Amino acid sequence: MVIEHDKMRSLAARMAQPEVRGRSPWADARRRFLRNKAAMAGLVILLLVALFAIFGGQIAIWSNEELDFSVMGQVATMGHPSLENGHYFGTDDLGRDLFARTVQGTQISLLVGIVGAGIAVIVGTLYGAVAGYVGGRTDQVMMRTVDILMSIPYMFVLILLLVMFGRSMTMLFLGIGLISWLDMARIVRGQTLSLKNREFIEAARATGVSTWRIIIRHIVPNLLGVVAVYATLLVPLMILTESFISFLGLGVQEPLTSWGALISEGAGTMSYGTLWQLAFPLFFFVITLFGFFFVGDGLRDALDPKER
Amino acid sequence: MFAFILRRLAIAVPTLLLLIVLSFVLMHLAPGGPFTQERALPPQVLANLNAKYGLDDPLWRQIWNYVYGILVHFDFGPSFVYPDRTVNQLIADGFPVTLTYGTLSFLAAVLVGVTLGTLAAIRQNGWLDYLAVGISIGAQVLPNFVMAPLLVLALTLWLGWLPGGGWSFSDPSFWIMPVIALSTSYMASIARITRSSMLEVLGSNHIRTARAKGMPERRVILRHALRPAMLPVVSYLGPVFVSMITGSVVIDIYFSTGGIGKAFVDSALNRDYAVMMGVTILVGALTILFNLVVDILYAWIDPKIRY
Repeated sequence: MVIEHDKMRSLAARMAQPEVRGRSPWADARRRFLRNKAAMAGLVILLLVALFAIFGGQIAIWSNEELDFSVMGQVATMGHPSLENGHYFGTDDLGRDLFARTVQGTQISLLVGIVGAGIAVIVGTLYGAVAGYVGGRTDQVMMRTVDILMSIPYMFVLILLLVMFGRSMTMLFLGIGLISWLDMARIVRGQTLSLKNREFIEAARATGVSTWRIIIRHIVPNLLGVVAVYATLLVPLMILTESFISFLGLGVQEPLTSWGALISEGAGTMSYGTLWQLAFPLFFFVITLFGFFFVGDGLRDALDPKER
Repeated sequence: MFAFILRRLAIAVPTLLLLIVLSFVLMHLAPGGPFTQERALPPQVLANLNAKYGLDDPLWRQIWNYVYGILVHFDFGPSFVYPDRTVNQLIADGFPVTLTYGTLSFLAAVLVGVTLGTLAAIRQNGWLDYLAVGISIGAQVLPNFVMAPLLVLALTLWLGWLPGGGWSFSDPSFWIMPVIALSTSYMASIARITRSSMLEVLGSNHIRTARAKGMPERRVILRHALRPAMLPVVSYLGPVFVSMITGSVVIDIYFSTGGIGKAFVDSALNRDYAVMMGVTILVGALTILFNLVVDILYAWIDPKIRY
């Protein structure tokens, strides 16, 4: 009988080693996420866009409000992107620097997306966790309310709100925040239902911890995975909503701007041949959405490998 | 089944009432009134006008009249801006257009999406699959307000094949771009949903049985796999429908198609609250109705649901 010495030796070596250290689910998830090429690419894109939004203003030679009188009136021939006169992305049809405008639009669109998703995370998580944990009639009433709110055509109501109470950033945040938490509340409630009968919750209840404290200290931290995934996917949806409204001219107002407003401007002037006015905002809009979708999908796959 | 429909109606009707009351209260809270102008009217004239239109009645009375008018006479009242037009007229002008391209877009999104998703699932990891997945990933960042300018750029400005805007019921060349712009991103979502649910169904036991007894593959897919695989798609139809109507706002503005979205945005820019509310309530009612239909459809397709 031939003994494979190499194999025996490696086996012995392995047996001599201390027990393999267990990997926590979080470490596993991180490993899976880091290995996901699309998600990592998305993360890099998002970082670059964020850097652009933060430091773009320093690179810009023109401010977003200055009119360049040397190109004004002849934007189609003179306003094209050029490194010489400092309009890296060209100018818009009023002779304003498109680079500075894009930086500003990026800041505002990202802000709207993140604030909208933030409101959804806070309100939706608490609402869903309370409904799911308390259960019974409270749950019934709370979730029926969500059902009713969901069947309202929110884009129309949002525009209604913006028109009736003035088009300001605050109103935009409020309006977007009002609708964004509904889905989150549903998802969180479902998750809470499966958590609430687990032993550690029972133990907390048995030792007399108050309901509110159980929700904050024990339920909510265990929801973080789901909430993080959903929040990442919610940011692009909020950006889409804001861009949609700004495209119609009902959202962010001059001198502020956003991707939607810039795309709208670019789309309105493209027949004069000034394609850069559409191309640059659109480019940032598209890659950012891609970035968020890829990172969100990657997070979901990493945290829940069963769901593919 | 009948009890199930009744139960769903019991939720749908209060929702609609709530929507009407909510938008009325919103309008009431908003600063300014229908007769607010740049030059203030003499107070007596204003009071007379308010009395004539019942605006000095208590709020509950006004709400009651408004709800009653809508539900019983289907009357949304007069426009606040155009003296000679009622909200009903404005809606009646735009609605057929919206309905035409909306329905076409909805059908396109569902039919193409389901076909693409099913083919991708059958040929998993084949070139068709990669193509379908690639398209659906790409299209989710191309909402209607991005597709619209890109289509005009390519098909009108560069190629000159299609008119860049306008509407005609008799000439389908006006319909093509609105339908593509409106349906692309939903088509992609539907394809993705169909693909993943189809893959799941194709791995299940009853499909293996069907194949094991020698049933032709075509029949396996069409008879046994498609129906259960449609369930997630059906529950996505509600949001798609809403987005078609919402998207009509962009389509009407960008392509000057003159649908209901144009009435809405015009009224939003003119602060014509009556028209805005009328459109919002109409859209809300359609949404609620459609969700009801989808729920019934879902219950009908899914044998596991007991109603």
